[in-house]
Amino acid sequence: MNRLPQFEYRAARTVEEALAWLSEAAGNSGDAEKDPEARAMLMAGGTDVLPNMKHRLFTPQVIVGLRGVRALRGISDNPEQGMRIGAGVSLAEIASSPLIRARIPGLAQAAESVSTPQLRHMGTLGGNLCLDTRCNYYNQSETWRKALDFCLKKGTDICRVAPNGQGCYAVSSCDTAPMLIALDATVRIAARDGERVVPVGKLYHDDGIHPVRLRNGEVLREVTLPSLEDGWRSAYLKYRVRGSFDFPVVSVAAAAHFDGDICTQARVVLQAVATQPVPLPSVDNLLRGQRWTPDLLEAAAEEAYRAAHPMDNTSGTIALRRRMVRAYTRRALEALLAA
Amino acid sequence: MDKQLMTFTVNGETVQVAASPTKTLLEVLREEMDLTGTKHGCELGHCGACTVLVGGIPVLSCLALAVEVQDEAITTVEGLAHENVLHPLQQAFAECGAAQCGYCTPGFLMSGTWLLEHNTAPSQDEIKAALAGNLCRCTGYTKIIEAVELAASRMREAAEATAAG
Amino acid sequence: MLIGKPLAKIDSYAKVTGAARYADDIKLPRMAFGRILRSPHPHARIVRIDTSRARACPGVLDVITGADLPYLYGIMPTTQDEYPFALDKVRYVGDPVAAVCAVDEETAEAALELIDVEYEVLPALLSIDEALAREDIKIHEETRRGNIMKEVHLTFGDMEEGFDEADLVREDTYFFEGTTHAAMEEHACVADCGADGKITLWTSTQTPHYVHREVAKVLQMPLSHLRVIVPPVGGGFGGKCEPFAYDFAACLFARRHGRPIKFTLSREEAFLCHRGRHPVRMILKTGVKQDGTITAVHLQTFLDGGAYASYGLATVYYTGALLTVTYKIPRYQFDGMRLYTNKPACGPKRGHGSTQPRYAFECQLDRIAEQLGLDPAEYRKRIAIEPESTTVNGLRVTSCGLVECVDRVVESSGWRERRHHLPPGRGLGIAISSYVTGAGKAIYWNDMPHSGVIVKVDRGGGVAVLCGSSDIGQGSDTMLATVVAQELGVDISDIRVHAGDTDLTPVDLGSYSSRVTFMAGNAAREAAGKLRAMLLEAAAVLLNTSPDRLDAANRRIYLRDDPINCVSFIEAAQKAEATHGTLSAVGSYTPPRLGGEFKGAGVGISPAYSYTACVAEVSVDPETYDFTVEKLWVAHDCGRALNPTLVAGQIEGSAYMGFGEATLEEQVFRKGLHKTPSLLEYKLPTIYDTPEIVAMHVETMDREGPYGAKEAGEGPLNPVIPAIANAVYDAIGARVESTPITPDKIARAIKEEQRRRVSTPSQPQPQREPAPALATETARVAGASSREVTAS
Repeated sequence: MNRLPQFEYRAARTVEEALAWLSEAAGNSGDAEKDPEARAMLMAGGTDVLPNMKHRLFTPQVIVGLRGVRALRGISDNPEQGMRIGAGVSLAEIASSPLIRARIPGLAQAAESVSTPQLRHMGTLGGNLCLDTRCNYYNQSETWRKALDFCLKKGTDICRVAPNGQGCYAVSSCDTAPMLIALDATVRIAARDGERVVPVGKLYHDDGIHPVRLRNGEVLREVTLPSLEDGWRSAYLKYRVRGSFDFPVVSVAAAAHFDGDICTQARVVLQAVATQPVPLPSVDNLLRGQRWTPDLLEAAAEEAYRAAHPMDNTSGTIALRRRMVRAYTRRALEALLAA
Repeated sequence: MDKQLMTFTVNGETVQVAASPTKTLLEVLREEMDLTGTKHGCELGHCGACTVLVGGIPVLSCLALAVEVQDEAITTVEGLAHENVLHPLQQAFAECGAAQCGYCTPGFLMSGTWLLEHNTAPSQDEIKAALAGNLCRCTGYTKIIEAVELAASRMREAAEATAAG
Repeated sequence: MLIGKPLAKIDSYAKVTGAARYADDIKLPRMAFGRILRSPHPHARIVRIDTSRARACPGVLDVITGADLPYLYGIMPTTQDEYPFALDKVRYVGDPVAAVCAVDEETAEAALELIDVEYEVLPALLSIDEALAREDIKIHEETRRGNIMKEVHLTFGDMEEGFDEADLVREDTYFFEGTTHAAMEEHACVADCGADGKITLWTSTQTPHYVHREVAKVLQMPLSHLRVIVPPVGGGFGGKCEPFAYDFAACLFARRHGRPIKFTLSREEAFLCHRGRHPVRMILKTGVKQDGTITAVHLQTFLDGGAYASYGLATVYYTGALLTVTYKIPRYQFDGMRLYTNKPACGPKRGHGSTQPRYAFECQLDRIAEQLGLDPAEYRKRIAIEPESTTVNGLRVTSCGLVECVDRVVESSGWRERRHHLPPGRGLGIAISSYVTGAGKAIYWNDMPHSGVIVKVDRGGGVAVLCGSSDIGQGSDTMLATVVAQELGVDISDIRVHAGDTDLTPVDLGSYSSRVTFMAGNAAREAAGKLRAMLLEAAAVLLNTSPDRLDAANRRIYLRDDPINCVSFIEAAQKAEATHGTLSAVGSYTPPRLGGEFKGAGVGISPAYSYTACVAEVSVDPETYDFTVEKLWVAHDCGRALNPTLVAGQIEGSAYMGFGEATLEEQVFRKGLHKTPSLLEYKLPTIYDTPEIVAMHVETMDREGPYGAKEAGEGPLNPVIPAIANAVYDAIGARVESTPITPDKIARAIKEEQRRRVSTPSQPQPQREPAPALATETARVAGASSREVTAS
């Protein structure tokens, strides 16, 4: 049986308690270990942290459990502040929330497309946003990785996908991030010295090894969506090999605002083609200010195709993934048009 | 990691166990409580064989730390029958041939029980949606879907009979 | 009559309550735990192993290496090429090197890290082509030439004459990718040993008898001192048909330490144990007359066998043997070759060896039908083999419902009305197949029965059935109970089945080759029949009549003409016991002598063959080439369906598994490592992916099967894969010539087809319209490929 390595478990009841324990764990470790994940990690649903620990991809000394932090739960909505979704809200709750389904169906679709029912009951929005990047040289057991002498993301300085490449190409695979980026959402991040609010897009950068830009000792508190007045539409289309369980081979998140039949704003974001979600400003520019015709959507899809450069490191070949980018971009836009 | 005393409510009984907080609920159920009805096929969240209900919700016991679910009611396959009378879903699985090798069966039963608690007349699509996190290698799922439909109709009939009576 | 009733499986109550105790559920006092160290290299010489650091680890009880069990084993007696733990060489990533026994699994796992192994890495051969090309690198020193594990050449009839007679000769090459069983239960065993040195091994196996033989041999102990017990098995599909390293290690540890030990593999290790479907390259040449009559077939197969023999000797023969049992083939040549490669050993998986060439043949026949302008369904019926005939390679066919199977799937799918009138992107495909109902020969030469059953009746009316068979979910225990209850006229709930215990139960060769219903069923019927005679005789005395006027049913023995006049089963049993002493009887089954007189004639023979036909409906997305199998219609001739629910379950499960192999699953390797050793990345179909399956029985009464029954567990898989392939062709007008069919392969096939049509415009087009489905898309692709042609 795959089992967990040793660690110390601490159940937080409040965000402040979680922050205190993170800081304590950082202080205790003494040596200037480069990887803060080796000291302490936050765990919400556990659906990404625990499998990765069983594979010895994460071996933190301390796990700070967020399951008991009530402040991270709840969905609220008001006209001034927009919609707030606690980082600890489960993906199942998001997928089934009447409010979200009505106002931002794309987010409900994204949450509903994650893995399986059980996993969506366990997994949280915050956990999904912090999902580690994936690669089929990385998401393997320790013995498997050892047989190849490990990879750049964990254990050595050579990437097995592109040995002469520019870094780690592990793939950003969470379903909610691209949709939230397309919706111009922000995240509120708590630290011991205060809070910061950043756009969801700024949570990521082009680094497959440490994809999420949370500083050591920070807790992702909630996601805030701008007040979406009438006229906003959203859709999330995910291509995966099987109908459930699977991470996206490619997915497309699209949001747009229409005034009559003219698009006033559009944002299209690709997922699972790079180390971070890929916004497509050139596609957005094509769509903005236009009445969407089949030819325009085809051109937008073609533009997305040009912008996508996946590597051969997850399910699906490069050719398939690029073909899907084109088709799914157009279909996502068609879904917006039909909405 | 030192063992610590944990208290659980499993199938309505209070159980105390001394175990390391690094243990998953799966390990504690099977190895500390001898509730081996809950199975495992990967321990990584890829198969659904270890599904149990925690607070009435189907979760993967291989990805839940036991220490985290101490305050919640846990139901395993051993807790589905009452006083040795099978839950209608268990009965239907047996009659329909929905359990071949039977190894994935406890997981399916837990997901299916949750469905029937929330939806007394599920469509085929709703059944598939509820069971999409459980893999079966024997049946091709056909008999499993039939069994859920049969159980649902019997439970509806029983509920109507009770209401009428 | 219990036969033919949809009774619940007798073990289903234990399975729906969690009470069924599988191997990993067993917990014994003082039980220790084992873990296995495996090779990280696909091919390497072991220079040195030092276990001292692991042995010194607190909690570690013992460490064993190849030197502790230096005895070759192998499931086929003539190809034993495996040590429980590598002696001098490792031959695939995952080859067992050592095992640790410790007080708990974590300690055992941690101690694996402390075993120091020095390897001299050797060049690895990872494909059929590499294995053929590099004769200088030998995976096994014993092979005569290069890495050829086995070569087979069989010719039946004058091939030259056959191809000369033909109006059309087609030669096509197909490749079937390897797949694995992925039973939901990870392999596990527990062994215990008393101070008397007698070992009990509980192991998750389909073949307790073969495990019994091999483990006793390697542990150098008398068979009589080893007892193998099969707990409920969480799925097999051919993957648990031989002993594995953990069986040997557990028994050795138990013997050395006098305490029980458990091994449970991880999912990744289950993938590495493998013994699954061989990747096979097939070159198939078929000659036909203008009306489609086959004049000759020449099949060449190249099997990528992996690192060890396993069942491979049988597999290579099976790739040739069963091609002949579906159609009238007057001349046949088969050349097969199994190669060693540095990957986990392949072996039997549902449809053993027949699945791959059946895929190739059914695809090729579809092309032939198209070229001749024949309806593929009608064509298959026209050339179908007839009941009570003998094939060119000497196989005896008795009952055969092939034509009826084709009719059923044609009618239920609306084949005739719908085939050329489907919406764009949709296609229908048909294929048929046949499978053995039990191998006609045991895997080791002997002239003893293949199956034995003991039935015991006690004076309280209880009936115990003892049989060495292994219920892996297919329902063999229920089949035994049904047969015995039917014969004795009791309720199925009166029967207790004790199966798969080499101490208590007579030998049954195991749950493989779809043999149990036919062979153990016949043995059970014989044993119960003897008891029935005794009971009727006793009842006749009580009723003052003659036994031939009596019948037994509903726990009563009664006068056929006057059913009120009866005695209870218990009364009859007590009278019989008073007359004869303790009531028990044995039955056994030995297949008839079958087959030709040539070397290899022992593979493919069977007392009966099942037949199946399948129609598949697919839809292909013209833009992404993603495709969906919408529905499968499967009609299966299982002889008499002893339990229609269980037969339908086998048909559905087989169809599901075939669907997985056709569209999703592939056991592939990169840099010598299994690319996807997890249930996330090795794609088992989920409930969303699996198409609707319409399962139909075609009942033929087989004259030798128990109550006319044949097999249902494997045969229905085989036609599903080519039916899907043919449906994809019908949808897109281009052929994918390998499995699994993927969107990428469809894209390539369409491009190739367009290129072919553009570059050879004079060649006659297929007689039917090119699939209208992809008219717009193909036009676009055609433009692209014509540019490429011009450019070149």
